[in-house]
Amino acid sequence: MIALQGVHKSFGPNRVLRGVDLTIAKGTSMVIIGGSGTGKSVLLKCILGLVRHDAGTITLDGQDVSRVERDPFLARFGMLFQGGALFDSLKVWENVAFRLMRGAGRLPQDQARQIAIEKLRRVGLTPAVADLFPAELSGGMQKRVGLARAIAAEPEIIFFDEPTTGLDPIMAGVINDLIREIVVEMGVTAMTITHDMTSVRAIADSVAMLHQGVIQWTGPIGALDATPDPYVQQFIHGRADGPIAAVR
Amino acid sequence: MTPAGALAGIGRPVLAALASLGRIAIYAAQTITHLVRPPFYPREFLTALMQVGWLSLPVVGLTALFTGGALALQIYAGGQRFSAEAVVPQIVAIGMVRELGPVLVGLMIAARVTSSIAAEIATMKVTEQIDALVTLSTNPMKYLTVPRVLAGFLCVPLLVAIGDIIGIMGGFAVGTGQLGFNRASYIQNTVNFLEGSDIITSLIKGAVFGFIATVIGCLYGMQSGRGAQGVGAATKNAVATAAILILAANFILTSVMFGQ
Ligand SMILES: Nc1ncnc2c1ncn2[C@@H]1O[C@H](COP(=O)(O)OP(=O)(O)O)[C@@H](O)[C@H]1O
Ligand SMILES: [Mg+2]
Repeated sequence: MIALQGVHKSFGPNRVLRGVDLTIAKGTSMVIIGGSGTGKSVLLKCILGLVRHDAGTITLDGQDVSRVERDPFLARFGMLFQGGALFDSLKVWENVAFRLMRGAGRLPQDQARQIAIEKLRRVGLTPAVADLFPAELSGGMQKRVGLARAIAAEPEIIFFDEPTTGLDPIMAGVINDLIREIVVEMGVTAMTITHDMTSVRAIADSVAMLHQGVIQWTGPIGALDATPDPYVQQFIHGRADGPIAAVR
Repeated sequence: MTPAGALAGIGRPVLAALASLGRIAIYAAQTITHLVRPPFYPREFLTALMQVGWLSLPVVGLTALFTGGALALQIYAGGQRFSAEAVVPQIVAIGMVRELGPVLVGLMIAARVTSSIAAEIATMKVTEQIDALVTLSTNPMKYLTVPRVLAGFLCVPLLVAIGDIIGIMGGFAVGTGQLGFNRASYIQNTVNFLEGSDIITSLIKGAVFGFIATVIGCLYGMQSGRGAQGVGAATKNAVATAAILILAANFILTSVMFGQ
């Protein structure tokens, strides 16, 4: 279980997170929605310790994440970055197999490559892309390679930062199914950031909406449509007018 | 401007410079501690050797060649004023090996290697590749910095040695081709005059400059601000800082090793 309590984070005068409280139960899929620039990516980075939060506590299974030993902690996670964040000096398959070929339980190269190709197939990429460099791929393909890298070592917790942004609707459907499958079949705890309401409905067990630095609303997916919360209603129906300013 | 305002105007940049120096020192110390602790990344090290060493050879060679030639001409012209033009081989040798070889190679490395390291790592920073490395349980210090710094520390002395030799050859070409020196005695004079300690100090300077150039490139890349502007600023500041520190280190090393 991941629990956040009163998490604050500012960048200079820009107060991004202003007391985030949120819990994600083990083996469930939490989707974070919210306008762009509200700090969704920063929230994930705080949990991973890539960004140090200013105040509040973040715990994983009851342990404060800022006090745990980093290597075993990070080994439990997979992360798809918003921009893919592929290593452009490495081939696609080396990106996917990056963790598999390093550290304690490292695999021999040909075995790691086999797994990488298998993971690429799961995100809808042919083995032909394995030997290309990231710069040779389209944005959507890079995103999927990033996804393959996030799931490659079969971590128990996976963060997906906008997994379907930039994908065509069919491919987005494939990725939504994949994320759902990973949660249901492998018991993974997932946290997904998305703007895509189709994705939300396909992936989420519960939903949280981040707005103005706090969790404006959170609840099970079934309660999303019925909630009277005006922020949520404006967001899920994509209305220009409502409590959320269109100019931010 | 009030006196206090003027003082603040001087004090602020000085404090900022001291703060950067402090950061550089801390980063350099961290690099060294990571240098001796596994895991090591041999493949990254080999790539860095290629980048820092092998691919710098043409630049270093050409710089040294032209400088050696120009040096011979200047010493000849200047020496004539007090009938000392015969010292061309000796002064070219000592000038190249003790000062110009290491300094010019150091500056060329700052231009070529510091800039490319800073730009590459800064780009990795702004595209979240550094974050990705961390989440994949890989220490960027060990994976990115250590291989590059080690390559700089080991390669640049070699580059300096090559630069010294090519610079002397440049002087030799001008001296024998244009200034009428005898080939055999030019070489004889050079070899007899140079001492082992000259060469060793040259190599020490090279190692220090290689360390500075690569550490600065890595640090400024890692500290890069966001966006393309951040990458540009990181690169520019890295090259300027590396060049100044190399020249300052050269002065200090020269005072320590040759000062009276
Ligand atoms: N490393 C950083 N330094 C300064 N500001 C940052 C940094 N990372 C994010 N921010 C700022 O934090 C805010 C939230 O960013 P982000 O979490 O990326 O938004 P989103 O909800 O769209 O993912 C933005 O205003 C962004 O400019
Ligand atoms: Mg984001």
